[in-house]
Amino acid sequence: MLKTLRRAGPALLLLAPSLILVGVFVYGLIVANFQTSVTDNHTAAQATGREPSVVVWFRNYTDLLASEAFQHSLANLVLYTAVFLVGTMVMGFLWAWMLDKPIRGEGIFRSVYLFPMAVSFVASGVVWRWLLNSNQGEQASGLNRLFQIVGLDFLQNNWWNNVTFGITAIAIPAIWQLSGYVMALFLAGFRGIPEELREAARIDGASEWKLYRHVLFPQLSPIALSALIIIGHMSLKAFDLIMSISKPANYQTKVPAVDMYVFKSSFDYANSAAVGAILLIIVAVIIVPYLVNLHRQEKR
Amino acid sequence: MRLDHRMARATALAAAVALALAACGGDGDGGDGDAGDGGGDVEVFTWWAAGSEKAGLDALVGVFGEQNPDFTFVNGAVAGGAGSAAKDLLQTRLQAQDPPDTFQAHAGAELQDYIDAAQIEDVSDLYDEFGLTDVFPADLVDRLRSDDGAIYSIPSNIHRANLVWANPTVLEDNGIDPETAYADLDAWMADLDKLKAAGITPLSVATTWTQVHLLETVLLASLGPDAYQGLWDGSTDWEGAEVTTALEDFEKLMSYTNTDRDGLDWPEATQLVIDGGAAFNVMGDWAVAAFEEQDKALNTDFTVFPVPGSDGVFDFLADSFTIPVGAPNPDGAKAWLETVGSLEGQVAFNKAKGSIPARTDADPAEFSEYQQTAIDSFATDTIVSSLAHGAAAPIATLNAISDATSKFTTGASDLAAFQSELAAAAMG
Repeated sequence: MLKTLRRAGPALLLLAPSLILVGVFVYGLIVANFQTSVTDNHTAAQATGREPSVVVWFRNYTDLLASEAFQHSLANLVLYTAVFLVGTMVMGFLWAWMLDKPIRGEGIFRSVYLFPMAVSFVASGVVWRWLLNSNQGEQASGLNRLFQIVGLDFLQNNWWNNVTFGITAIAIPAIWQLSGYVMALFLAGFRGIPEELREAARIDGASEWKLYRHVLFPQLSPIALSALIIIGHMSLKAFDLIMSISKPANYQTKVPAVDMYVFKSSFDYANSAAVGAILLIIVAVIIVPYLVNLHRQEKR
Repeated sequence: MRLDHRMARATALAAAVALALAACGGDGDGGDGDAGDGGGDVEVFTWWAAGSEKAGLDALVGVFGEQNPDFTFVNGAVAGGAGSAAKDLLQTRLQAQDPPDTFQAHAGAELQDYIDAAQIEDVSDLYDEFGLTDVFPADLVDRLRSDDGAIYSIPSNIHRANLVWANPTVLEDNGIDPETAYADLDAWMADLDKLKAAGITPLSVATTWTQVHLLETVLLASLGPDAYQGLWDGSTDWEGAEVTTALEDFEKLMSYTNTDRDGLDWPEATQLVIDGGAAFNVMGDWAVAAFEEQDKALNTDFTVFPVPGSDGVFDFLADSFTIPVGAPNPDGAKAWLETVGSLEGQVAFNKAKGSIPARTDADPAEFSEYQQTAIDSFATDTIVSSLAHGAAAPIATLNAISDATSKFTTGASDLAAFQSELAAAAMG
């Protein structure tokens, strides 16, 4: 016992500061968040403890999930995530596939595609708010104006101001920004596959499609999974891009993260915490199986 | 080897101790206001960090320095998000029992959250002590009074919300006399129809809060001041037929507006009128600064009149100052409030900011042309509280009304659903 302590002691002691910090400021606050979310702490007076707040267990959750407004937010989140994921995966894979061919100026293209990622969502949101201006006809500007100039007037639309599908318009800048990152992941994956494998497959008479289907894709699947997880959890946390293109009060672009912000601004900490907890649970549903899987692979 | 172990242990211990010390030393500031008689620092928390607001604050600080040479002004201004960044930080500080000596807040119902949370002091006594009851309009004092009959802040300036800004050139080009005085919303909408037919945006509006601003002025114009004020104390029925009529007017007015509204904020909507892209814009009187900055002259380059149907009513909003519970230097806060309420303070502040004094004894000749008309109206009109700017309803109600309004104007709900959502929002 003493021996183990002596051996593990210094290591533990060195780790202690970060363990304590993470424990308090990440896990401790998650617990505090769950605690707040099961109370009826809906007013400023309760937030400061002047009025009592009682535990109502999961009523905030059931009320939220039953409310039409929050269902609309969740639907928006699902739509946004779907479009964002499919968009970045398809674009990222295509670019990586094209750059994997030996072409001239690969370095330039790689940088060009990767650069948008260096721009903050808030900054690009300001530009895209103008590009995605919903005016049509005489007052059109941004992309709608561009469509007019090139004679594609029928493509004009009201972008993110559509009540049902408006949120998908905000996925466009997100795709533009993150596709380059997915491309870099896939490109690394392509480069990681030894040339001998391709040659061996070709010698065995595999067609180009079969080569991809049976040799390359299986080797890329861990990369694809990582990309899905990374993009997926970014999408669930989407807030800054939406806030800088739209406004928190705009109904058409509400997502749970925006609801959380609005609840907090009116001192409704219980609902704000409940929305946060719901988001955390959604992210956990995606991330935890991935981590378990990763852990298993590392052990092997 | 053994030495290494000891070293490692010692280092780790030192690190842990340093960390613990750092964690303990966090709350050192805040308690340093030496609240001795008439002296010390006075931290004034505002979101006036730029532009005419900053100029106004500087002018006010000048007067404060003259009136209270013993106190030192400490600027606690926080920029960003039209005050939302400041309000977030303020709430954090209030909950951590680390309040500033005084903070800025919209006068009226928006204070209710602070009152409920016992975060601000009743300052009714100061009204008598400073002699403010006689120099503020009686209507205003009524509107400032909280449900419990006490007053919790002293207004520094008054803005008017129910105004229409117009571009006379656009009107003339389309055969409309810019001097027309519209008796009611219907008369106004007849001209809006003409503009719409001519392919001009008749009325510019911006994102949700400006739509709520428009909604409030339409309710005011359609219901009249008493019934409008009744919306906030429960004496007017939100589900009633009068409100339905008002909402129909609102729906009609929204049909005259620019389609890119949700992506704009008020300066861009007002700019549409300045540039001639739109004929009218409903906005509060801070918009006058946008015209003046671009060298536009009142009555030649732009005109302004009360929203048709609300003539003789002054839809007010005000910034005001409070004394937080547990302020480190309450005497300093009191001195600041005295300056805020004083004639010199109000004149200096409002000349720079472009709003008007809450006091009726200021000399109008010291102010700009628009301000003079506003001062006139303020002294004679019926005063009602603005919804969109926190005077009429607490934040939670305003948020719920904003949500309902956005849902309606994007086409996700019909008029009946809108009306019942508004009723539910006002119930709280």
